[in-house]
Amino acid sequence: MSEEKTITIEVDGQPLETKAGALLIDVTDAAGIDIPRFCYHKKLSIAASCRMCLVEVAKVPKPIPACATQVMDGMVVQTRSPMVLAAQKATMEFLLINHPLDCPVCDQGGECELQDVAMGYGSDVTRFVEAKRVIPETDIGPLIATDMTRCIHCTRCVRFGDEVAGMREMGATGRGEHMTIGTFIAHNVDSELSGNVIDLCPVGALTSKPFQYRARAWELTRHTGVAPHDSVGSNIQVHTRRGEVMRVHPHSNDAINEVWLSDRDRFSYEGVKSEDRLTQPLIKKDGEWTEASWEEALEAAASGLKNIASPDADQIGTLVSPTATLEEIALARKITKGLGSSNIDYRLRQEDFRGNSSAVPWLGQSIASLESIDSALLIGSNIRKDQPLLAHRLRKAALKGAKIQLINPLQLDLHFDAAQMVSDPAGMVHNLAAIAEAAGGSHHLTEQIEVTAEHKAVAEGLKRSESAVILLGNLAQSHPDYTILCGLAALIAKATEVSVGVIPMAANSVGAAVIGAIPDHGLNAHSMLENPRKGYLLLGIEPGRDTNNPALARSAMSSAELVVAVTAYRSPCLEETASIMLPMSGFGETSGSFVNAEGRWQHFSGAAAPVGESRPGWKILRVLGNLLNLDGFDYSSSEEILDELRDAHGAELKVTGLGTAKGKIRSAVTGLVRIGETPIYAADALVRRATSLQKTAEAREAAAARVNPSVAADAGLFDGDRVAVVQGGGRAEMVLRVDPHIPDGCVWVPAAVPGSESLGDQFGEISLEKV
Amino acid sequence: MSALETKNRNELFTPEIRAEIDHEIAKYPEAESQSAAMAALRIVQDANGGWLTQERMDEVAAYLDLPPIAIYEVATFYSMYEHKPVGRNKLCVCTNISCMINNSDQIVEHLNNRLGIKFGEVTEDGRFSLKEVECLGACGGAPMMQVGRKYYENLTPERLDSILDELE
Amino acid sequence: MANEVIFKNRDLDRLWDIEQYRSRGGYEVLTRILTEKTPPAEIIDGMKTSGLRGRGGAGFPTGLKWSFINRSAPGDKYLVCNSDEGEPGTFKDRDILRYNPHALVEGMLIASYVIDAHRAYNYIRGEFWEPYERFQNAIDQARAAGFVGNNILGSGFDCELNVHLGGGAYVCGEETALLESIEGKKGQPRYKPPFPAHVGLYGRPTVINNTETLASVPTILREGAEQFRDIGVENSGGSKLFSISGHVKNPGVFELPMGTPFSELFELAGGMRDGSKIKAVIPGGSSSPVIPGEIMMDLTMDYDAIAKAGSMLGSGAVIVMDESTCMVKVLDRMGYFYYEESCGQCTPCREGTGWLYRIVHRIENGQGRPEDIDLLMDVQNRIRGKTICALGDAAAMPVAGMLRYYQDEFQYHIDHKKCKVGAGT
Ligand SMILES: Cc1cc2nc3c(=O)[nH]c(=O)nc-3n(C[C@H](O)[C@H](O)[C@H](O)COP(=O)(O)O)c2cc1C
Ligand code: SF4
Ligand code: FES
Repeated sequence: MSEEKTITIEVDGQPLETKAGALLIDVTDAAGIDIPRFCYHKKLSIAASCRMCLVEVAKVPKPIPACATQVMDGMVVQTRSPMVLAAQKATMEFLLINHPLDCPVCDQGGECELQDVAMGYGSDVTRFVEAKRVIPETDIGPLIATDMTRCIHCTRCVRFGDEVAGMREMGATGRGEHMTIGTFIAHNVDSELSGNVIDLCPVGALTSKPFQYRARAWELTRHTGVAPHDSVGSNIQVHTRRGEVMRVHPHSNDAINEVWLSDRDRFSYEGVKSEDRLTQPLIKKDGEWTEASWEEALEAAASGLKNIASPDADQIGTLVSPTATLEEIALARKITKGLGSSNIDYRLRQEDFRGNSSAVPWLGQSIASLESIDSALLIGSNIRKDQPLLAHRLRKAALKGAKIQLINPLQLDLHFDAAQMVSDPAGMVHNLAAIAEAAGGSHHLTEQIEVTAEHKAVAEGLKRSESAVILLGNLAQSHPDYTILCGLAALIAKATEVSVGVIPMAANSVGAAVIGAIPDHGLNAHSMLENPRKGYLLLGIEPGRDTNNPALARSAMSSAELVVAVTAYRSPCLEETASIMLPMSGFGETSGSFVNAEGRWQHFSGAAAPVGESRPGWKILRVLGNLLNLDGFDYSSSEEILDELRDAHGAELKVTGLGTAKGKIRSAVTGLVRIGETPIYAADALVRRATSLQKTAEAREAAAARVNPSVAADAGLFDGDRVAVVQGGGRAEMVLRVDPHIPDGCVWVPAAVPGSESLGDQFGEISLEKV
Repeated sequence: MSALETKNRNELFTPEIRAEIDHEIAKYPEAESQSAAMAALRIVQDANGGWLTQERMDEVAAYLDLPPIAIYEVATFYSMYEHKPVGRNKLCVCTNISCMINNSDQIVEHLNNRLGIKFGEVTEDGRFSLKEVECLGACGGAPMMQVGRKYYENLTPERLDSILDELE
Repeated sequence: MANEVIFKNRDLDRLWDIEQYRSRGGYEVLTRILTEKTPPAEIIDGMKTSGLRGRGGAGFPTGLKWSFINRSAPGDKYLVCNSDEGEPGTFKDRDILRYNPHALVEGMLIASYVIDAHRAYNYIRGEFWEPYERFQNAIDQARAAGFVGNNILGSGFDCELNVHLGGGAYVCGEETALLESIEGKKGQPRYKPPFPAHVGLYGRPTVINNTETLASVPTILREGAEQFRDIGVENSGGSKLFSISGHVKNPGVFELPMGTPFSELFELAGGMRDGSKIKAVIPGGSSSPVIPGEIMMDLTMDYDAIAKAGSMLGSGAVIVMDESTCMVKVLDRMGYFYYEESCGQCTPCREGTGWLYRIVHRIENGQGRPEDIDLLMDVQNRIRGKTICALGDAAAMPVAGMLRYYQDEFQYHIDHKKCKVGAGT
């Protein structure tokens, strides 16, 4: 094809070299020639309907839209000719006749594309004397505020839903002047990417509800940052006013998040202002929490840790959150090692450590490359909820025809075509083993594995493909047979010659692994709790919510002599288990670095002032290191820590070694088994406190036990019943939902939601009682 | 997940309606059942007393496996779908140019007077509703109106009276 | 009438029955083409020779349109017939569906063969229920006779023919809106390029022709392309259906050679009713600019002649208005029509049609302002040529047309807050 041919066009007398077939508007954009537009967006299909980008092309009698015109060799274009100026003026006037001109009270004021273009291309006289159109409002949920009277019908939001979010929720109903953009009926927009329409909307029709009337665009200072939840590491802009985080926008980066942001990354900043924020160091004295000075608290922490470590350093256990920064984790590790202990781990939601390999679990390829795979096998991953923007990449691949197969303990609502093998946790292992056998690999499992045509088809598909990937997700990492799943995945990858990787759970899972926040010969996250330690150092975690087995975590810590929690929040669970709480600065308040799923190191600076007396985690740990008289704690900036880490660990990641599949399948149980998924808006301490996200249907519906109709019938339970789930010596009451997405023999009981603190392993035997 | 999504396709509508919709679906290539959306809405509207409710539209969406908004868009774009109750006889009077210059005003006025309703309204007994429509492609017989599937042309107040008398 | 193509056999009382249609040579051309496997290129040449221009309004040469389809490209191709007939004043396609549906069935099958389409759809406006039933019956009869379905007449050619009913939207007559509508979406026109010949129904190569266009095909191919061409005038081959309505004595559909003087058509329609005097004529559907009666009387009914007079032959829909007609009221009603029927996607059309309507409506209601005539001219000009489909132009052109010849009536309305015409009301 001629696609790659270089051609020359002329725009406003200036010759431009470009590729044949490119869109004129992209060519002029690249050359810095400004053509106004409303409906065009480079990540969406072309509507060519706003008629703002009209240009004059030699030999064409009418003005034509630059957004829908492919360049051709020798094309002569004018963007400021009388014909074009007249067209722009006309369109601008038409857009404004029905648009309320109340910019001073509009939330988009100061960052409105209509306002900007009107300045440059409009005229200032109003010749329209009739009443303006008014659209009644509908509520579309807690995240997006609507003012559809301001809508200019560019349909970007509609196309976004269809083309990117994969959920047609908004539409254009009615016709002509009566055409209205919206959901037609009051209906929550539920996509996990919904907030992007706020950025896409050129006017103030769709704006951020949490941000509504909070600040004006020109009062805000912008800081670039990195989103702190999933492992994509989306680039963000943190907007602050007088040191306070006011909102978060995406910062475009085609290699990572393109121009998008998940709702979790966009709206979680609200958690920064939670009432739970710890603003003052606290020490528990005789069961009572009392405020302390920093000196007092740090001294108490240091001496307490020293007292435990000096007789038996192995009695110290350190648990770090994989959402903590590299710098924080590195210092926590240094302290642990310095005290003589090897017990440190970030894999808080992992149960099965039989493999315990030191290889870094990462994607094994770039994020962007996911969109050009032709087939994928996802093992234990609710990809859409766990990693919304990785799901977006896979969706793009699927739309191009990639075959995607999932092996999961629940049926997912996906926004792309995929085949799903759904079974109980033990069945997942069987399915994977069967695929491995079908692919010609030999595992060392003792069980008899039945290979069906479906398994063979998956194996064949992988073999035939040219760029396939096998990935293990969050649900796999919490699975009681994670080690075996890994081994089988590696086996299949080898037999079918495709790449294999892990989808890291959190923003800095890879970073923690890279700098070695795992025990060598010490105790891992699970064994540290199974074999209670006398002293724990906790970095950014809430034991009842952030561990695979909260019942175990709570009992281990309650019986410990000392629990030092470096934390941004004061939560009931920490109040119960900790002895000292040191207030750490929260999201946006500290500098630091994350390593994302593809192994990319990303550094960010602090954007906002720490709340109360809280301090950046690295500073707290540095002083703690000093007080412990440990070597190598004289950093004067977090950058110094980072430089040191880069020197030591900055090498490019190698392909993940996932071990071999051997051992006993532990996930088989006799009764009901729990599927302990971590819901999207419960994943970490910050998002759990983001009030608007907690109001979404997604969050509200998460705190329920789910069983399929046959399990419900067997137990004599109905949708909406209150039930008690009993597990690991604990018990939690929840509402029951009858949900065909859950396989036989299973009860979906989420982790990290209220009530789940008293339960055991995320996967494991569980029973249900009606209350 | 809405209650509808979990509903079995075969629990939607009556078997007759399903057969009718299926007949429409069969007119189009396999992956293109959305093409039957307009016909499905028409069929369901007819069976629902001549108008659509949100529930009916949601059912059509579920039956065709489409997002509800796609159906709302269609159902609000085309003027033959009704979103409010209509009379048993929906009198659609053309007032476009050829009819207008042939005195459609007089026809409308006669209907207003005789039925006591205006455009967009339904008689109290539910027997008639009145709708203004655009050119129906029968200008040779102006003024004209459509009732149900039938065209009535060359209308005069007298002819109107006898037509109305015959409509149940 | 001499030289009829579409309504040639209207003397038969049940032409819509396949026996009667066949008794005058119906389906012979199709049979010949399929059994002889006539090369499609030969048929296209014939269509080009015939000079047939699309009867939907734009007058695009039919043979040329068919030749754009790359017959050998893999995958499906589609033929679509446009029986949406929404242009105010037009009511000819309805008569074809009612009285000569087999000509359309045969024409659609031939066109499908030429472009190698195995599925063809006729998009009939939803209000045309009775015509639809006639046409559907014709399809069923044709199927029973072996002309529709798989392996037609043993030729190996398959073609399914189906009707898609519209739902009440004028814009769906626009060919790409029509395709969207068949796809089960709202009828919003698509930006062109790509043209339907490359990316049409379901993204596949598609030919869209008007009902009258396709219904002419069998006769053209049976009687000879030259003969058809010679019926008409240069640049406008063949005969054409004219829908004439308004203040004439015998409104109706008349099939006349292209280039027939308007006065002849006017006479066939019985002249003015009740001895009234002709004032103005809309020659090609409501989108075509109005022409004063006395100018019209000197024009012939063909594309070039009407275009030269500043209007369009369009769909051949002639609306005759007598001296009692208020042009402000006419434009008010037309403005309302376009305002109601704009699909809403293009800014100038969505906002501009409503604005135009409101200005004219205001003038009609005695609330016009002195600046309104200039404003009308300017607003219509701001819509024109700047939209995706021609509905924007269709809404704008009649405004300019009215102001060209009848500005005084508008001025009078503004100055005197009442109508100049009739009893001064
Ligand atoms: C707003 C609008 C309405 C139209 N309505 C019709 C119509 O009702 N019937 C029709 O045949 N063509 C209509 N057309 C023209 C079609 O777009 C198209 O040109 C025609 O169907 C092609 O067929 P032909 O080449 O046989 O004329 C309309 C065009 C526009 C812009
Ligand atoms: S010109 Fe009007 S009808 Fe045509 S596409 Fe644009 S908005 Fe729709
Ligand atoms: S940006 Fe080109 S028409 Fe809207």
